[in-house]
This record gives sequence, structure tokens and C-alpha cells, in this order.
Amino acid sequence: MKLDVRRVGLGLAAPALAVVVALLLTSLILVAAGDPVVAVWQVLFKAPLPRQVVAIINEASVLYLSAVAVAIGFKMNLFNIGVDGQYRIASFMAAVFAGAHFLPGWLNIIVSLIVAMATGAIWAAIAGVLKVARGVSEVISTIMLNYIATYFVAYLLKGAAVKIEGSNATSTRILTEDSRVPGINLEGLLGTGREIYGLVFLSIAVGILFWFVLNKTRFGFDLRATGQSETAAVASGVNVKRMVVVSMVLSGAIAGLVGMPLLFGQDFAYGDTVQTGLGFAGISVALLGRNHPVGMAVSALVWGYLNQLSNGLQISAGVSDRLVLIIQGIIVLSVVIAYELVRRAGLRMEQRRVARELEARPAPVVEEVHP
Amino acid sequence: MATAVESAAAAAGAGEEPLAVQLKGITKRFPGVVANSDIALDVRKGTIHAIVGENGAGKSTLMKILYGVQPPDEGTITINGTQVELKSPTEAIRAGIGMVFQHFMLAENLTVLENVVLGAEKLHGIGDAARAKIREISTEYGLRVEPDVLVSEIGVGDRQRIEILKVLYRGAKILILDEPTAVLVPQEVNELFEHLRELKTEGLTVIFISHKLDEVLSVADDITVIRRGTTVAAVDPKDVTARQLAELMVGSELPSPQTEESTVTDEPRLTLDGIDLVGQASARKILDGIDLVIHAGEIVGIAGVEGNGQAELVEVVMGMRRPTSGRVLLGETDITEAGVREIREAGVGYIPEDRHRHGLLLEAPLWENMMLGHQTEPPNVKGPLIDARAAKADTARVVEQFDVRTPSILVTAGSLSGGNQQKLIVGREMSHAPRVLLAAHPTRGVDVGAQAAIWDLIKAARRDGMGVLLISADLEELVGLSDTIWVILRGRLSGEFDPNVVTREELGAAMTGATTGEEEQR
Repeated sequence: MKLDVRRVGLGLAAPALAVVVALLLTSLILVAAGDPVVAVWQVLFKAPLPRQVVAIINEASVLYLSAVAVAIGFKMNLFNIGVDGQYRIASFMAAVFAGAHFLPGWLNIIVSLIVAMATGAIWAAIAGVLKVARGVSEVISTIMLNYIATYFVAYLLKGAAVKIEGSNATSTRILTEDSRVPGINLEGLLGTGREIYGLVFLSIAVGILFWFVLNKTRFGFDLRATGQSETAAVASGVNVKRMVVVSMVLSGAIAGLVGMPLLFGQDFAYGDTVQTGLGFAGISVALLGRNHPVGMAVSALVWGYLNQLSNGLQISAGVSDRLVLIIQGIIVLSVVIAYELVRRAGLRMEQRRVARELEARPAPVVEEVHP
Repeated sequence: MATAVESAAAAAGAGEEPLAVQLKGITKRFPGVVANSDIALDVRKGTIHAIVGENGAGKSTLMKILYGVQPPDEGTITINGTQVELKSPTEAIRAGIGMVFQHFMLAENLTVLENVVLGAEKLHGIGDAARAKIREISTEYGLRVEPDVLVSEIGVGDRQRIEILKVLYRGAKILILDEPTAVLVPQEVNELFEHLRELKTEGLTVIFISHKLDEVLSVADDITVIRRGTTVAAVDPKDVTARQLAELMVGSELPSPQTEESTVTDEPRLTLDGIDLVGQASARKILDGIDLVIHAGEIVGIAGVEGNGQAELVEVVMGMRRPTSGRVLLGETDITEAGVREIREAGVGYIPEDRHRHGLLLEAPLWENMMLGHQTEPPNVKGPLIDARAAKADTARVVEQFDVRTPSILVTAGSLSGGNQQKLIVGREMSHAPRVLLAAHPTRGVDVGAQAAIWDLIKAARRDGMGVLLISADLEELVGLSDTIWVILRGRLSGEFDPNVVTREELGAAMTGATTGEEEQR
């Protein structure tokens, strides 16, 4: 099991390296811009306040769902950039359905979650079917579908919106008390009245399911095999076209859940003030977390932490909180490079190790295979 | 750099002129294996020098060293009397060495001119000067290359001439051709040889890599034989027969496949009935009326020049391509419309031609590779779940039983040598007791030890009553293993031969179409 220790070490080295590189580069940017470097890091590395801890966990629970949705695609070499559009259209549909209160209490919540998953799945399936039937790159089609989702939802919202007294904001009907998911109050532990989304358990469940399906089922094996070598997967009997559609559908279904903790735990309606960009943040979180269920959880927390702590930048250090976006961007860039370097180094190390361990035996003569 | 003394010595050794290429003591080790050891090669200027050896003997590695793709671990390279170190193809080109690869490196949607100047824009620009230069080279060596046609519109033989022209355009005086005839039909081969002789008379030096002895004997001025990674003989083609050359190549101590007593039954295992396959681009038939029956306990060999439909035949049987017409029967069951997984589950084992592309997940551990292609079959799964423990146990058994040399079943498949990768694949396919085994070039690029082991396994499969379809470019392998040999030519099975009586020459003639009378019809 010596090998596994080394693998884990290599696996952790890359993101750690990336974060360090990002901190250094950001410092350089701050110096170049004449901003107070030390003050910035003091703000960002302060221990979060209890209410911030809750906010970090809440944000992470949402980002995690988004990251899992992206990771399903990544595992198959599919780049689902459309999580953003998928979760918004799904949130809207779920909000309309839940707001209509056809069903009582918990049943309403559960069926609304299913509506959200179905909507996200259908929206993503468009890109999957286009790819399989017409060879359209899913990168292009999902980006386009994001735009379509934005304007389609805006159009539908106009029709579905209810007037709110004394506000210009438009939103769907607000959920009644019994259709909300109660938060978790940790006042005794953290000393803050702010509550953690009840649907944080949904994120945890999705993470466990993701791990289980990918690593323990035949379907997961087919999916990973297709991602590693499509040609080998075809020869092994995987129907790659069906696999593309199925994994887009699954990715879209999870993407549909992204907005649910917000809908049932905080906003209680879908309006034009809804949070956007969670789908893109999910791509970053999945990259940093290396599509690994635990890795993505950690990176979702890192993301939430940076977002929350950046709020104090403007006041305490006189630097725009947008700086955090630069830091996050550099982390993602460095992490992609670092992973590739570590991956290659790992393969080389293993080849050498295998050769060394076999050296005692007679070395047969072989010709190296054509590149 | 070379000293004057060394240059003089090299010159003296060759008589009046320095040798075009002289290699001394070239050794190249890859992790765990020695691909080349102590290679010695003298190539005279203005000659066609053939390097012959079996698949896996180390020819390609040697040529990569000479073309600067890989540096040797030991030894010296001397070009025209000057010792050089080639660190990259750019340096090799600068030293006057050009390489024509077996697989053409041409962009189909560009014109001939554009392909030729690509990467060499500095030489004569990309316009009329370049066009004039191409015409000049074309005329000088009789290559008949038209600069302004699209590459996608021209045939294989023309493409090869463009590759040669590309190399000449870059100023090469020493041309390396890696198995240039593998993709050509017979008249094209003759034409190519005419061009090579033309190049020779113009003072260029050609290094010609092949394992086809009749070709080598007809065109080469000198022959160097390479076996198991080292040069074993330098001979004059006038002094040797094909038989002697084959012996030099194979070596007397090598195991050769020997068929045992016939185990052929009359129970058909795989039946191909009138298989036609029409390509997408043209109306030309890739497979044309293939009728073939493989019985239990029978090995049917398919011989042919590469690119005559062998790969497509395999894809049709495996369900990766649908035939345009015709039927495929496994036993009594029609599998023409079945998918790859159904066909595998029904009992077809598959040893693919390209194990890296079709047989393995190079970055996955061995035990996951053991499940590949059998991820729906015991012991790998329990219902929809993977049974990792059973799969690992099965992998350990295969590694032991099939002598896969690996320190652990947790290492990635990519870290094993080619021979061990192939043994793992063969072991995997055998483990699921297939009724039919499809083996495409099963010993290509594997070491001699693994080759013997794989041959034994295929013979064992036959004894156990499997039906085996063996596709190979290695005639020795085909003759040694098969109960029946069919020759495939331009998508048709053009002749049936009894391996006990057929000669290499007869097979070679059939593979190139010389006996079918088709040459005259074309």
C-alpha cells in the first residue's frame, strides 16, 4: 500500500501548490497596483466569525451541487458549461410548481425537487442529443443554452410573477411556511442565530451518491472508461452515444438541484434578484477538487470562505472585494497546470518504479510501440 | 564533434568516400527493456540500404534514434564522416536526414503545395517560388507531383510521393523510409522502387526499412539484418536467398509456431455470409462478398497487405460497424445487428490490433483493465455493482497464470511493457472462455518470449474447441498457427490455402494480386 500513500501525497501536492502560487501572484498584483498587501491578507486570513461560518457552509452546499453536476461531465470528457442555465431554469420551474401549492408541506418540497431535476435534465439533454445526433460540440451548445435559459426565464417570469406590495422586484409566488425547509440552528455551538440550510443534507447525499455510482457500479465504470479512452470503451461494449446523453441528463438533473437550498432555505421564491453564476463557480470548484467527492467538498468550502471573507476587504483594507475573483481565477489556472504536471510526473514515476522492481528478472528485448 | 583523424579513418574504411551514415555501438534502453543494443550500421553513399528484421526487432527505435526523435544511451552517429549528436528531428534535417513515416503526415484539406511548405516556409516562401521548387524537384526525380491539387483528392501512392518530396524539399540527402510498402498495392510498390532507384542515381542515399524479403532483395544494394535489438549481419543481396535472409532474421533459436494435430470439427462457430461494406466517402466496397466459416477447434488465418479490409472485417464481426449487407452468425444466432456488448457477452473474445487504443485504459490500474470488455460478466460484477475484490483476485490469477510481469495489480496498464500488456489482454479474453476468439495481429510489437507464450495460448484455445479468426501480417505466424489461410485483397477473400503445403511466395503473390488476374483487369 506504499503506492497509495504516494498517490495521495501527489494528489494533495497539486492543489496546495496551486493555492500557494495564487497567493504569490496575487501579492504581486497588489504590489503592482500599489495596494496594501499585508492588510489584504490580514483580512482574508482572519478566522471567520460564527455567522460567516454559517454563510460559508451555506454557500459551499450550493457550490458543491454545482461542482458535482460539472464533474459528472468531466469524468466523461464532456464539458457541461451549461450548469448555469440549467439550474436557473430548473429553479424557476420548481419555484412556480412549489408556489402553486398543489401538494401539502413536505410532499410539495419533494415533488418540487423532482421537478427541478427533471427540468435541468431536459435542458441538458438538448445539448446531449445535439452532440450525438448532429455532432454539435456540447461546449458551444451549452453556452448558447445558457443565454436561451436567461431570456426564456425572464420571459416566463413576466407571465408568472406576482406583484409584491411596495417593491419593484418581480418574483414567483412566495412559499408558505409549511413548504419551506427549516434551517439548522447551531446557536448553542456557534453563538449565532443564523441557520444552516436544511438542504445541506441534500448536498451531502448527492456527494455520497456520486462517489458510489462512479466507483462502485458498472454504469460508473462504463462512464469512467469512456472518459479515459473512448475507443477502448467502444471496443469493450460501451454504447458511447447513449452514454453521452445519459451523462448529460444526470449532470443536468444534479444541476437542477443547485438552486434548491436557496429556494427552500432563503429566498422562498424565484425572482429577478436570484443569484447567478453558480454554474460557472461550480466549474472552478470541480477543477480545484479534481472531480473527487471529498476534494470538491473541500474546494467548495475554500470558495465559500474566500467569498465571505472578501466582504471585509473594502472596509478594512480599502481594496475592492473583486480581488477575490482574481485570486480564484489564478487558483483555477494554476491548479489545472499543476494537476497535469503532477499527473505526468506520477505516470513517469510509476513506469520507473515498475521497471526497477522488474529489473532483477531478465529483460526481454522489445520494440517500442509507434507513437 | 569529429576530429580530423576520425573522419579520415571513416573515409579510409569506406574506400574513397566517407560513409553516408555510420552507427557504432548504439544502445537504447527503455524502462525495463533494451530496445537496441550495440547496433553497428554502415551505409554507403548513393545506395539503397535495407534494414530488415521482424516486428519488434528494434527497427523503429533505431530509426527514431537516427532521426533525432530519441537520443541513444550509448554509441556514436557519424554522417558523411562527421560525428554528430542528433537531439531533435530539426537537427537531423539540418544534417541532411529526412524521414518518410509509414503513416503519412499530411493534412487532407490542404493542397500539395501547402502540405509541402508547412513548417518549411522559410526555405522558399509559400508562393510561386515554392511552387517552382516543387516542380523542379518533381521533374528532377520523376515524382510527377502536381502542387495545386488537394491531398484529399489523391491516392495512397501519390501521397507517398508527396512525403518523399517533402523530405527532398527540406534538403535531405539521406532518406529513411519506414515500411513504405505496407500501404501500397503491387504496381505502386514497383513504381516506388523505380523512384528509389532514380533517387539513388541522383546521388541520394536511401535507408529502407522492411520485413518483406522479396522486396528487399529486389531493390537493395546492401542489407543489414537486425534481430532482438542488435545487428546480426550485413549481407549483399546477390549472395543470399530469401530463405537464408529469413533464417538470419528469425534466428535458429527462435520458437516458431507449429500446428499440432488437427482439432477441427464440423460445428460452425462463426459464419460470415455475403458480407458487404461500402465506405462513406466512395462507393468502393471496403468488404466485398465475404463468405467464411470458422469451426470449433479451427484457426482461420487471414493474410493480406495492410489496408485491404482486415480492420473493417474485425469491426463488423465485433459489432462496431454494421455491414451494408450480409449476415454474421455466432453458432446459430444472428448477431449482425447486435451491439458490441451483446456480442462479447455471447462469447466472442477480442484481441485488438491496437492495444493502446482499443484494448486498455492506460491510466487505470491492471485490475480495472481486467474488467474492460467484461464489465457485465462474472466475477467482475454482482448485479449492477462492481465486485472489486473478485475482480482483483481474478487479476492476480491471470497475472500469475499468464506470466504478466508486474510488481502489483494496482499499477497502471501504461507502466507495463508492450509484451506484458498483450499477455494481460490475452489472459483477460481467455478467462471468459469465449466460443470464438478474434485475434488481430496478436504478437505485433511484443518481445520474443511473449510471442511464444501468446502462440501457445492461441493453440491451447484451439485445442479447447474455440474457433479462432487470426489476422496477421506475419506469414510465419499465419502458416504456423492456422488450419486454413485465406488471402484478403481489396476487401475480397481472393484465395484459400492449406498452410501445410503453401509457400511464402505463393501467399505473397496472392496478397499482391499477382495470381488472381485482377491486375490485368484494372
